[in-house]
Amino acid sequence: MNQSRAVVLAAQVAVGAAFIAIWQTLVSLKILDPFFVSRPSDIGARIAQWSATGTLWAHLATTLEESLLGLLAGAVLGVSLGFLLARSPFLARVLDPYIKMLNAVPRVVLAPLFLLWFGLGIWSKVALAVTLVFFVMFFNTYQGVRDASRVLIDNVRMLGATERQLVRHVLVPSALTWIFSSLQTSLGFAMVGAVVGEYLGATRGLGYVIAQAEGTFDTTGVFAGMTVLGIVVVIVSAVVSRFEGWLLNWKKT
Amino acid sequence: MNALEIERVSRDFTTPAGGVYRAIDEISLAVPGGAFVAIVGPSGCGKSTLLNVVAGLLPPSSGMVRVAGETLTGLNRHATYMFQQDALLPWKTVRDNVALGLTLAGAARADAHSRADAWLERVGLAEFASHYPAQLSGGMRKRAAMAQNWILDRGIVLMDEPFSALDVHTRQRMETELLALWEGRSPERLALRDHTTAGARAFQASDQRKTIVFVTHDLEEAIALADDVVILSAGPAARVVAQHQVALARPRDLMELRTTPEFVDLYRRIWAVLRQEVIKSQQDAEARR
Repeated sequence: MNQSRAVVLAAQVAVGAAFIAIWQTLVSLKILDPFFVSRPSDIGARIAQWSATGTLWAHLATTLEESLLGLLAGAVLGVSLGFLLARSPFLARVLDPYIKMLNAVPRVVLAPLFLLWFGLGIWSKVALAVTLVFFVMFFNTYQGVRDASRVLIDNVRMLGATERQLVRHVLVPSALTWIFSSLQTSLGFAMVGAVVGEYLGATRGLGYVIAQAEGTFDTTGVFAGMTVLGIVVVIVSAVVSRFEGWLLNWKKT
Repeated sequence: MNALEIERVSRDFTTPAGGVYRAIDEISLAVPGGAFVAIVGPSGCGKSTLLNVVAGLLPPSSGMVRVAGETLTGLNRHATYMFQQDALLPWKTVRDNVALGLTLAGAARADAHSRADAWLERVGLAEFASHYPAQLSGGMRKRAAMAQNWILDRGIVLMDEPFSALDVHTRQRMETELLALWEGRSPERLALRDHTTAGARAFQASDQRKTIVFVTHDLEEAIALADDVVILSAGPAARVVAQHQVALARPRDLMELRTTPEFVDLYRRIWAVLRQEVIKSQQDAEARR
């Protein structure tokens, strides 16, 4: 088990290194034009420069703040509505077409509206992140509660559970596994929401940095922004899965 | 006094096609307090439906169930239910699972835990108190489920093929332990050592032998365990076709019982009745295909 994990890690590093090496070589040999795809060494240097001057941290902090707020608000709203509708089949049937309709709205279309409503600051980005996170959380919670095992419910009721105890001891834990499995996806969506929002109109954040770089045909800046974003997502996902493993440790055999 | 009286109970279900499917049809049955009754029938004959009606999980379409003389409405608060599938909460430890009924009733955590520990000791799971169900073997999960049921000390225990998923040997061991619990003996390796502990307190209430309704499709199991074997006809619209007393002496040694002449004789007589229902149900199944 440990050995295979080490092998996987080594292979992961090798894939990344090979990709960067090929990219660097192709650009050095002038097969690829550095104007369009930049150069890994330049990108690395740019990130180092950003982090040295501190601009990186300020922008990153803004993006993370927006993402986390969006994730939190979207999760609270999605989980609550998911629970409500799962417990009330009538309401679920009434609202079903509307929820599907709203979920079908392309978020990029909403971004200008949110800018208008909530301004250039962080709240328009938080709102965009919420619209993405909400549906993932909602559908998973709804499914999780509906999927709770009939036998577990019957058993707990026979043992004397009230409706509230049933929710607490069976439905919530049962939905938690679904909610957590959607947390990784939701986190990615929250960051997408924040960055797209920043990209379309902001004064701070990684999306703003990327948009600025694009405006001056600075491909190195664009790639540097994307790289930072990617690294951050990997790190945050690792933290989330740690947390998940800790909360769902009853699943281990 | 009868612990349970089932009076002309029928239960209908609506089929997906919009028709009506009658699972059980006017079943009447009286179960005396402290008796061990086994209900046997071919698969799909509505045994579980009958048990769910008695548990109050399903209202009857017609007829009524009386528990200790009172007509049952809502859940049967005089009974616990041991299901065929695992019904332990996977996210709670074995101790918390066994204590669950007490916790739900508002018992203090420390008290619930000490009584759960006494029961875990009794069913031989003391070392596994902090494990999660997924970390236990099938037989251990059944023991935990028995403790979860018995700790509430309700007068009636309903069991729906509780051991059918186990291998033959584990199953026989579970049956032995079930009888020991029911007869108020501790399984021998787990004799109560200290009567001053919570352990003794936990068992004091259970002097009265529980009434057990045990559903199974296995006639051997039914005869080996029960005082009374009730045979249901093949579904749909299952009825009681026969009821046999099992006058085998207790305590019964399940390792030897099945080869004794009395057992074999009884088996042969009851099987003659059940056999026809099994054949009928198989023919119906073929015909539907």
